Amino acid sequence: MEEKITDYTNDYPKWDKSMKSTHKILVPNMLPWHFLIIQELLKMEGYDIEVLTNDSRNVIDEGLKHVHNDTCYPCLCVVGQYIDALKSGKYDLEHTALMITQTGGGCRASNYLPLVRKAVKIDFPNVPVVSLNFSGLEKESSFNVGAKLFLKLAFAIIYGDTMMWCYNQTKPYEAEKGSADSARDEILDYVLAKFKKGGYAKYKKICRYIIERFAQVKRTGEKKIKVGIVGEIYVKYSYLANNNLEKFLISEGCEPVVPTLFDFILFMVVNYVNEHEMYGHHKKSGFIYKLVYRILHKMQRNVKKLFEKQGAFMPIHEMEHLRKCADRIINQGAKMGEGWLIPAEIASFCETGVPNIICAQPFGCLPNHIVGKGTIRTLKNIYPDSNIVAVDYDPSATKVNQENRIKLMLATARDKLNL
Amino acid sequence: MTNLMGIDVGSTTVKVSVIDENRKIIYKSYVRHFARVKETVLNELKNLRKKFGGDYSVSITGSAGLGLSQRSGLNFVQEVQAAFIAIRKYYPDADAAVELGGEDAKIIFITGGTEQRMNGSCAGGTGAFIDQMATLLNISVTEMDEYALKSRKTYPIASRCGVFAKSDVQPLINQGASKEDIAASIFQAVVDQTVSGLAQGRRIKGKVLFLGGPLHFLKALRKAFVTTLNLTEDNAVFPEDAPCFMSIGAALGSVGVNSENIDEIISKVESVRESDEIITGEPLFLSKEEYTEFVKRHRATDLKFAEIENYTGDCYLGVDSGSTTTKLMLITPDCRILYSHYQSNNGQPLDVIISKLKEIYALGGNRIKIRASAVTGYGEDLIKSALKADFGIVETVAHFKAALHFNPKVDFIIDIGGQDIKCFKIKNGAIDSIMLNEACSSGCGSFIQTFARAMGIEIDKFSQEGLYAKHPVELGSRCTVFMNSAVKQAQKEGAGVDDISAGLSSSIVKNAIYKVIRASSADELGENIVVQGGTFLNDAVLRSFEKETGKQVIRPGIAGLMGAFGAALYAMENISGESTTLGPEELEKFNYASKSANCRGCTSNCNINIISFGDGRKYVSGNKCERGAGLPAASSEMDIFTYKQARLSESVKGVKGKRGKAGLPLQLIMYEQLPLWAGFFESIGFEVVLSEKSSRNLYFKGQHTVASDTACYPAKLMHGHIESLLDNGADFIFLPCESYNIDEHCSSNHYNCPVVAYYPELLKANNERLNDDNFIMPYLDLNMRSNAVKRLYSVFAKYGVRKREIAKGLEEGFARLEAYHTDIKNKAEEILKKAAAENKQVIILAGRPYHLDSEINHGINKLLTSLGLAVLSEDSIFDKTEKVKVNVLNQWTYHARLYRAADFASKHENVNLVQLVSFGCGLDAITSDEVRSILEKNGKLYTQIKIDEINNLGVVKIRLRSLLAAIEETKKRII
Repeated sequence: MEEKITDYTNDYPKWDKSMKSTHKILVPNMLPWHFLIIQELLKMEGYDIEVLTNDSRNVIDEGLKHVHNDTCYPCLCVVGQYIDALKSGKYDLEHTALMITQTGGGCRASNYLPLVRKAVKIDFPNVPVVSLNFSGLEKESSFNVGAKLFLKLAFAIIYGDTMMWCYNQTKPYEAEKGSADSARDEILDYVLAKFKKGGYAKYKKICRYIIERFAQVKRTGEKKIKVGIVGEIYVKYSYLANNNLEKFLISEGCEPVVPTLFDFILFMVVNYVNEHEMYGHHKKSGFIYKLVYRILHKMQRNVKKLFEKQGAFMPIHEMEHLRKCADRIINQGAKMGEGWLIPAEIASFCETGVPNIICAQPFGCLPNHIVGKGTIRTLKNIYPDSNIVAVDYDPSATKVNQENRIKLMLATARDKLNL
Repeated sequence: MTNLMGIDVGSTTVKVSVIDENRKIIYKSYVRHFARVKETVLNELKNLRKKFGGDYSVSITGSAGLGLSQRSGLNFVQEVQAAFIAIRKYYPDADAAVELGGEDAKIIFITGGTEQRMNGSCAGGTGAFIDQMATLLNISVTEMDEYALKSRKTYPIASRCGVFAKSDVQPLINQGASKEDIAASIFQAVVDQTVSGLAQGRRIKGKVLFLGGPLHFLKALRKAFVTTLNLTEDNAVFPEDAPCFMSIGAALGSVGVNSENIDEIISKVESVRESDEIITGEPLFLSKEEYTEFVKRHRATDLKFAEIENYTGDCYLGVDSGSTTTKLMLITPDCRILYSHYQSNNGQPLDVIISKLKEIYALGGNRIKIRASAVTGYGEDLIKSALKADFGIVETVAHFKAALHFNPKVDFIIDIGGQDIKCFKIKNGAIDSIMLNEACSSGCGSFIQTFARAMGIEIDKFSQEGLYAKHPVELGSRCTVFMNSAVKQAQKEGAGVDDISAGLSSSIVKNAIYKVIRASSADELGENIVVQGGTFLNDAVLRSFEKETGKQVIRPGIAGLMGAFGAALYAMENISGESTTLGPEELEKFNYASKSANCRGCTSNCNINIISFGDGRKYVSGNKCERGAGLPAASSEMDIFTYKQARLSESVKGVKGKRGKAGLPLQLIMYEQLPLWAGFFESIGFEVVLSEKSSRNLYFKGQHTVASDTACYPAKLMHGHIESLLDNGADFIFLPCESYNIDEHCSSNHYNCPVVAYYPELLKANNERLNDDNFIMPYLDLNMRSNAVKRLYSVFAKYGVRKREIAKGLEEGFARLEAYHTDIKNKAEEILKKAAAENKQVIILAGRPYHLDSEINHGINKLLTSLGLAVLSEDSIFDKTEKVKVNVLNQWTYHARLYRAADFASKHENVNLVQLVSFGCGLDAITSDEVRSILEKNGKLYTQIKIDEINNLGVVKIRLRSLLAAIEETKKRII
């Protein structure tokens, strides 16, 4: 007997493959350089992609109007950015689609998509919202990523990460103003050319180039406070959400240290492996996850080796080390949101000479109660020199409030360094 | 060496200190800046020039000093750092310091690992909070201090944020609790907030310094801190210089800063210009003419008056006893105003009303005859029984009645009062949906008042100033605590009082439209809008509303008296027979006395207030159930909550175990899985020890280990449950981490929420009494049964339990869980049948399993039964209906139940759903909209009740009664 189901779903415009040739796809911004590479990469695949860069106050206002008061800040920013863009008149509303990622995890983030859909539908009934996910969600309106494109994306992320990692260690120290930025622009052209003309898969060669090019930028060698930024993924990276935190830190005479996006990708893959091993989930696909992990992890390790060999910069973190760090603080079963990755990154920072840390999170972020604020005491016990501040981001939280807290952390850091 | 100078610019005050070459403090000053930061600092500097002149190394510190420093180029020292420097200099043996400022609270731990903490962005418990509370009590802060010193008891008051505390204080005022006790309770709340919100798991002990203005000036606050922290006289240090301590620290922090002449310092500060960083909106009125036109348009809807001095005939009395104000209205049968009165109730609504009624009788003499009277508002019950009024009606009904008088086609009413925002949509001549502000977004009238007072301006003048502001500041539309800091920022940027006043008006309006009503555009509101409530008498607010909605609305001249007017109309329409209202003679003899006591009706020991009237009648308030009022309790046989509570505790059979005692904390996931784990442990040879029953006291017991104070109340209560088990001799405490709940096959995944899933991690990390031996928190997926056996075996093997026993134990556990579920589902069936037979309305009180806890639901189930309703829970009926497909990602087990419960309510005529939502529950931001949409698609009303540690059943009661009134209306329409 077929089960009866009451359907309460509202009709919404769906994405189908044929739209590839007719629709422009808008993507919210998170990491400017990573997303720029991805944008160009997808264009080469035949998708008309545009990463949004609108960041006026109206973005937040539209967000406030269109999502529930208690919904977390990243969702509000993303919805606001979409609505603001669609209202700008720049896009043909009959031929525009929106794309958003879904992890399928147990926190609210996987529900951004239905919330975006709900918010957009009111004024823009013909704009489909597409899901980009690897968990089989939203089968009716999702973006098909094959193995090849997946790998390409992985490469794009690695290059974006390497650029970001080097840039943050160069920019605060550049002897000649603007030289770090011009190095970055040059590298960007180089990387894009590799995607265009082939050779993008030679990641060791490309990363070596990136590192060496940044190493050529003349640095002053002064001593600055290194500040690690961890936290909820969107707030941690997006300048729209975190009031341009990296820039603020640089203006305060610090070196921002931002963990790579690849850490987060590996974190998600590891979680599948962990659940396979802990609970016996993914009986059939477990070995595939393991294999994917092994491949990706090897790439990360190789990039780390490049850093070590070249020697100019502090090397990136590496997943097995992060997992060991996590084990001292929290069980790797705590996987929702950024889960155990947050304390792992903090610990890893403490061990690599970055004891000053900002844990950036949306106000009221559920997983962060536990994996962020909840682990600070344990971390302090293990790393007595650590200097951690948790900062909440919210549409109405004022900059002055956030900066004041960060300044307190910096004052402590300066005290310890006797700067 | 030159002199050192420190300037501390806080949110409300400016402090300046000078230290000479011998490191002696030679000058200090402390003044309020009333938002005029630059002028005040300049003034102080000029005083200093007159007194000393000369050169200084200068640093600025303080929350509002950052901008000043950036723009003047003067050195900045972060304020906690400044305090730290001063402490090391003057009190090298201190162990910790507590500093309360205008809007900040800080703790510095000095020994045992230096740590400096500031309050998060959502935390009251500061000077501004105390000011706000004093305004609410209508006394000065100094008076509040004096009152508090004479207190006899304290009431629990939510301390997390000002808005919450207000919701706690207001009912106390309305119930007639003494000012002394309320004042002391407020100070205690500040202490609790500091201890839990800031210390977060670290105990404040040893020699403690108390710094900042409030702690210097308020003796009662000092006393509360010393008592709570259990400090000896030697260990509690209140420095002479406490208010100026940060400025002294900043001065000390200026060592090494280039010294400058005072003239140069002054010119640097003078050169500071407004920055363009603040966002501003359009002016409310461009010209005087525009304003005059506006006033004229609104005058048109004023009522006519009749002179009570020479009127002869019948009249009708309406009383609206609101949260901060009391309103009375006496009308003639043709709706002319004979008498009206609007005043702040000063915490004594009854006194106000009695004296005004006496005045009415004096003015009207024998010529007037009150034919009927009705009372509405927070104080309805008390006033009704005092006056022997004929009717008591729900506020929403009263407001609707009144609005109809002004526009029979009205389809939307918004009322912004002192404490609350109420909006209702009208469809087919009946209230269709009601929206009230949740405790968190109440940027209401009293908020502007508090602000005006903080700026040292009368409220009327304050709002007048806003009318012609050229650049109203954009202040955001969220809770008042956030607005406080937004105002702080605007002040920092140099916005004037007029711009702030206009900005606040617009914030209140946006808050109402986008947050309370949750309209995505102003068009959703309706065509015929009536606005009312005292706050709308403020023309700046009214104008902001019209600008934001783009509509011309009706604001009756009696906007602040609509409740009373509606009550009077109601009385007129519904009276039959003689009125029972107290006449002039009875009124002369009227007197009353109030006293507070503890109810002994049950183990809850509610704080109650007994008011005895002169004629021997009694009125009891503060009680959660009928017992407190000395009445027999409503029968619980139609209440599944009571039933569930009993069945749940019965699932522990009480078997003595040969292997020891397992402690189970009854909170969060244990409210769902207790039968399972009780069965498991009793089967494998452990005696089950349950944690104490939840209570406010239990919460306080674990408060010092709470790591994130914005987590939901159930989670924060868990800390107390852990403490209770640690004290009760359990061998270990068991609390599993479960990413996945049990799959009930009606959702695409079956997650727990992150808090339920991983809270054990937080508990263990933040309670020093817990370790690997006494706290067992395995990661489990109970859907993978044999895997779960394996994982549990690896944990309990050390107690000699064999794998076979574990498997059997789990089997027993699952059997008990299933029996429990079947049992409550059968009971639900029975209640439904009975309700149908007796023609009773059924309410599904839907939330999470842990909302069963009466400390969390505050006895709302009993309130419902006392209103004559039958009560079901979401888990008792969800599988009596079909599965549902919803718009959002349906991936949490508990939430899937909610959607189906909503479907069930939709398909049964006499069933309605009320959703309980814990404050801070991020997931319910998603579920609540979806549940609402399911209900509304089926023509049902949606009611949401936000619950937290506050216990304010008064508001809940208004909501529920409004719901009932609306259901009644709907029924009438169908007939």
